[in-house]
Amino acid sequence: MTRTAPALDIDAILDDPDTRIIVCCGSGGVGKTTTAAALGLRAAERGRSVVVLTVDPARRLAQAMGLTELDNTPRRVHDVDGAGEAGGELHAMMLDMKRTFDEIIEAHADPERAQQILTNPFYQSLSSSFSGTQEYMAMEKLGQLRRSNEWDLIVVDTPPSRSALDFLDAPERLGRFLDGRLIRILTAPAKAGGRSAFKLLNAGFGMVAGILTKVIGAQVLRDIQMFVTALDAVFGGFRQRAEQTYRLLQAPGTAFLVVAAPERDAMREASYFVERLADERMPLAGLVVNRVHRPLAPSLSAARSSAAAEDLDAKGEHELTAAVLRLHAGRMQLASREQRQQEHFTSAHPTVPIAQVPAMPEDVHDLAGLRQIGQLLAS
Amino acid sequence: MSQPTSSRGGSNGEARDTDWDGVRLHIVSGKGGTGKTTVAAALALALAAGGRKVLLVEVEGRQGIAQAFDLPPLPYEERKIAVAPGGGDVYALAVDPEEAMLDYLEMFYGIKRVGKALTRMGVVDFATTIAPGLRDVLVTGKTSEAVRRRDKLGRRVYDAIVMDAPPTGRIARFLNVTQEVAGLARVGPIKNHADLVRGVLASPETAVHFVTLLEEMPVQETLDGIEELRTTGLPVGGVFVNMVRPAGLPEGVLEAASRGRFDSAELALGLKAAGLTDVTADSSAVAEALAREVTEHALRTELEKRERVALEEAGVPRYDLPLLPDGADLAGLYELADALRAQSVA
Repeated sequence: MTRTAPALDIDAILDDPDTRIIVCCGSGGVGKTTTAAALGLRAAERGRSVVVLTVDPARRLAQAMGLTELDNTPRRVHDVDGAGEAGGELHAMMLDMKRTFDEIIEAHADPERAQQILTNPFYQSLSSSFSGTQEYMAMEKLGQLRRSNEWDLIVVDTPPSRSALDFLDAPERLGRFLDGRLIRILTAPAKAGGRSAFKLLNAGFGMVAGILTKVIGAQVLRDIQMFVTALDAVFGGFRQRAEQTYRLLQAPGTAFLVVAAPERDAMREASYFVERLADERMPLAGLVVNRVHRPLAPSLSAARSSAAAEDLDAKGEHELTAAVLRLHAGRMQLASREQRQQEHFTSAHPTVPIAQVPAMPEDVHDLAGLRQIGQLLAS
Repeated sequence: MSQPTSSRGGSNGEARDTDWDGVRLHIVSGKGGTGKTTVAAALALALAAGGRKVLLVEVEGRQGIAQAFDLPPLPYEERKIAVAPGGGDVYALAVDPEEAMLDYLEMFYGIKRVGKALTRMGVVDFATTIAPGLRDVLVTGKTSEAVRRRDKLGRRVYDAIVMDAPPTGRIARFLNVTQEVAGLARVGPIKNHADLVRGVLASPETAVHFVTLLEEMPVQETLDGIEELRTTGLPVGGVFVNMVRPAGLPEGVLEAASRGRFDSAELALGLKAAGLTDVTADSSAVAEALAREVTEHALRTELEKRERVALEEAGVPRYDLPLLPDGADLAGLYELADALRAQSVA
């Protein structure tokens, strides 16, 4: 039995004024960034005021959108069709995670305290390392853009994480850390000189402090203590901020699009993602399957095509036709393998709407290419 | 490229010259979607062939190895998962950073039984997720421990280790452990540990390989990754071009087709000769559709040729792995392993 997924109506999502955020997520290498950019362009050309937040675009795609530098500020993309008359425009920005982190510190701390944090070696490492910070800052930036209310649609592509789900966990993780017991241990001695530290100094604390000193060294421990003390004083409720972003993602104005390629690993990851979004009560709009190979002569089956090629070979004539038939048979096989991958997905998630984008012979690196992808997404 | 062999021969006594004799740690990176895990698995099989013992390490908690070999999720434990052609064993280990940290504490400080307390206090969580770079040092540390490990008689426990590493965009940062923990530790135990790991990673016993497709973005990322590794002084291995499809058509035909000059009239005659005219009412429509398929294929082949030229600039050995018609199932892994051995990778 062939299972057919409902069609994903991209234009309905883009045109709905209640759609304020579109999050493209999925495993690495499936074309998330291109999908996000194509959606942004299409929405703008259909009259919406859009900003595309991208994390790590390929150089030429960035150039296509006029993003020549990573300056953490939305830039207007020119040559958008229908802009003006329909009132639509497109902005794009590349995330600079360190600068985003710095800006949070600068916005919330008095200059002296901010300086203390910004020059702390532990902070400098934390804010430019990839482990979790990028995911967290992408969500922080998304929150900022949304609160500014300057755009009526934000399209964001998620970081190429070690796990595609990291961006959901990152705020929670950072929040848990900053609110957690370890922080209290680390900040206790600095906060209250000796007394309260002494109270905490039960067996567990003594042991942990001992191990920490032994393993990371006293100097590092001091750096970390200074950093978390300063940070703690600046925004005691760091977790609140994380939760605010999390709720923003759950809101009805958000649409998650899971992006995949029709291959086993990417589809498995997509399945996992769909389940995870449901667990977190995040609003899933559908699945985008990129790079689908469609045979142009589907009425000629792989089996028939191969048999005919063999037949010609045996007769020793029409060598070229035989080669073309073998090429076609390969393409039919690939298409049916891809089809099976999607059917597996649809068996498990029969209600998830799907949009397909055929494989392009060449990569996309200009607005015309993005526009074409947008059309294919919507058709 | 081949040097006199320094490795043990196969069980049948053959001595093979391979391109990577002397390399004991093979780190396999690649952009997402290029089949990095598949290639790492095939490389482990190829290296184990003929009676050797190889450890395949996974570091990102994705359970990709288990999926590649069609096994239930792997624990944090070295266990045998496959037998290589001609004898030889592949072991696998899914490194869990938290477990690796407890291992590390036990090995270097003799601190045992404190795991629970550390976990409860959030120390393990902190170390493995928040502390910049520490997670990577723990993971690469566990791997380099396996590289150095010897049994009671002083023999190497593993002939080779293959690591299914993070993607190309993060590989230099991931491996450049000393730099990564610089903010955490300029001196002290972590720094010492990072230096030890760095010693293994930067040695001639290590090679960092890249898996790519003949597409623009994966090739560009591969070139960037190679450049970054060279800048950081880490040993660049080979480039594995994955999912290579045969050209299928004569060069002249492809060239003409890519310029939109493919003769579908001749094709229509061929289809007729093959008895395919009854497929649809209009056989010339089928011929035209097939001609468009040929044109697309020709454009793609041309792009692949350009990407191949771009890869040549990197000046590292390249190996081709065929596109598997049925996907990378278990049989496919062995097929790829054979292809690697045929090209003297192992």
